[in-house]
Amino acid sequence: MRVALFVTCLADLMRPGVAFAAIRLLEHGGCTVEVPESQTCCGQPAYNSGDRATAIALARKTLEEFEGFDYVVAPSGSCGGMIRAHYPELFRDDPATLKRIEALAGRTRELTDFLVSVLKLDSVPGNYTGTVTYHDSCSGLRELGVKAQPRALLAKLPGVTLTEMNEAETCCGFGGTFSLKFGEVSTQLADNKCGNACATGADAIVGGDLGCLLNIEGRLRRRGDLKTKVLHIAELLAGRGE
Amino acid sequence: MELRSNEFKARAAANLGDAKLQKGLGLIKVKAVVNRANAVAEFGDFEALREAGKEIRNRALADLDLYLERFEREATARGAVVHWAENASDACRIIVDIARENGVKKVAKSKSMVSEEVGLNEALIEAGIEPVETDLGEYILQINDAEPPSHIVMPVIHKTVEDVADLFHEKHGTPRKTDPAALTREAREILRPQFLSAEMGISGANFIVAETGSTLIVTNEGNGRLCTTLPRLHVAITGIEKVVPTLEDASVLLRLLPRSATGQAITNYVSLHTGPKRLEESDGPQQFHIVLVDNGRSKLLAGEMREMLRCIRCGACMNHCPVYQAVGGHAYGWVYPGPMGNILTPSYVGLENAVALPNAATMCNQCGVVCPVKIPLPDLMRTLREEQMARGLKPWAERMGLALWGWAAQQPALYALGTRIAARVMKWMGGSEKLIHRLPFVSGWTDGRDFPAPAGKTFRELYQRSKR
Ligand code: SF4
Repeated sequence: MRVALFVTCLADLMRPGVAFAAIRLLEHGGCTVEVPESQTCCGQPAYNSGDRATAIALARKTLEEFEGFDYVVAPSGSCGGMIRAHYPELFRDDPATLKRIEALAGRTRELTDFLVSVLKLDSVPGNYTGTVTYHDSCSGLRELGVKAQPRALLAKLPGVTLTEMNEAETCCGFGGTFSLKFGEVSTQLADNKCGNACATGADAIVGGDLGCLLNIEGRLRRRGDLKTKVLHIAELLAGRGE
Repeated sequence: MELRSNEFKARAAANLGDAKLQKGLGLIKVKAVVNRANAVAEFGDFEALREAGKEIRNRALADLDLYLERFEREATARGAVVHWAENASDACRIIVDIARENGVKKVAKSKSMVSEEVGLNEALIEAGIEPVETDLGEYILQINDAEPPSHIVMPVIHKTVEDVADLFHEKHGTPRKTDPAALTREAREILRPQFLSAEMGISGANFIVAETGSTLIVTNEGNGRLCTTLPRLHVAITGIEKVVPTLEDASVLLRLLPRSATGQAITNYVSLHTGPKRLEESDGPQQFHIVLVDNGRSKLLAGEMREMLRCIRCGACMNHCPVYQAVGGHAYGWVYPGPMGNILTPSYVGLENAVALPNAATMCNQCGVVCPVKIPLPDLMRTLREEQMARGLKPWAERMGLALWGWAAQQPALYALGTRIAARVMKWMGGSEKLIHRLPFVSGWTDGRDFPAPAGKTFRELYQRSKR
């Protein structure tokens, strides 16, 4: 199975380990992984800022780069959701491209969803031990139905105990450029998230989206917590989170 | 109501630090959110019900003119008088005229958001007519120097019992008390004579039913019944979009509305008003006027915000909105707060007068998944953002930043170089702690959060190297 990795701009710049972990997991599941070199960003920041023209241009670019693979997998519900749930809407007035975009959207999956629903992995290479709590990112949860998948994967790590936090499904306040435009509100929401996560006593907060994780970690450190780890689930499953 | 939506950012930030407000807002999560979830779970197939609700509202809007005409015919045949108000001042003028013609000095009002929208109380006062709010929440606001509501269903959610205790003590001159039941009793004692002395009662309408010409209200306090039956005149004011074809349709929406709003299977009172008092009847108003307000709604019907007209004003979107939960309703600066307000306010008062609102959301879509009539609220906000971009209503810095980033993201080689540099600079800035405490241009982030520093090399570089 030829799978293209959609690296995501945040993993590329901020946490390359997440993308390497995703490759490791996909190969573990028997995929041939390719990484289209010219990829940059899915265009969601432009789309959610009202810059439709740029969003369309970047969607076209993604289409050219990622057409023709069996699957496109992203270690992010946000970018996965952009391609799967929103790209088609961008081309509603362009029937020729729409057909191709819909095919791309149909083949695009969020990483944990792909590992569970398509690859049906029965083991994962990681060996993390500790108590973790899981933050459900909004796009993954509400656009792609990612909820049980990451938990099913965590259950495959014998050393991991999952302790659910209150309001696991509530937004962490990141919201892309929202986190810059409405900094105070965004910080407050991140603070609520940190409070709920820390109340579980878990030694790691885990999630599937780097945007949320950077936001949560940023607030956590400012609150003075230098101990609790904040990890992408791919890092933990692939054995690179320790 | 004074429009202050362009102050959203400052007022939101101020409200975050308001401990009393935060205490009040905290109740929404424990009450409205949990209660709704329980009611939905108990109902069974709530998704199918939402779909049915959406279909009914769409059907009504698709032939809005026909259903409104039918409504007018049926209501008129049953002795009611239907008035059409194109805008807020029309609506106020119509009601003031009715009051004047009938020598009305005092009006008992049950809760109506449309009356807030058109500024009815101010207009009545100006005409020398005294409006008395009889919904407990609205009454509290009215005696507190006509403070605006902060929620469409729970208008005083921003106040604590202590606040109300102080207010009643001050305004009523009674001994201070903090027992909610005692406070309610006190308000009730003051309001009873008002119902009896008011010549006119004003209500809103949650729905109006085309096939019978009826208006329908749901309340929990019973004040709505008194307002609509005791005074000589009853005036119902509502938006033209509230029409539904049949009673059957209304009953489906009645299953959705209280569950979504407060988690109740049904409200304490559901009142259907069909015509004034008939000869053989012993009570009810002698005249029944229905004021149907457009005030921008037909413009919405023809545009991209059309789906917003399905709204049945349950408040679930704000109850579940993390931003609303944090900043409260007043920050939104007009009648309608939360996600629905992010769309309605700019639509009704002009996008340039509510620039922040369509952007004041993380797009988490918690609102969209609870909305009983499945309004895709984030999508509508995004469309308004697109309109802001097209009309140049976005700040210069944001437009330039986006344009630069958007252009670079389309030049892979340049982008790769830029990110290589950024990764190194940020690593250096993070130092041994690997945390950046201040970043230029993004103080919105770093004022309250650190920025975890990157490892120093991009994935792209490392991957190419690993393949060599
Ligand atoms: S938009 Fe939907 S959830 Fe919000 S008040 Fe209207 S009907 Fe209720």
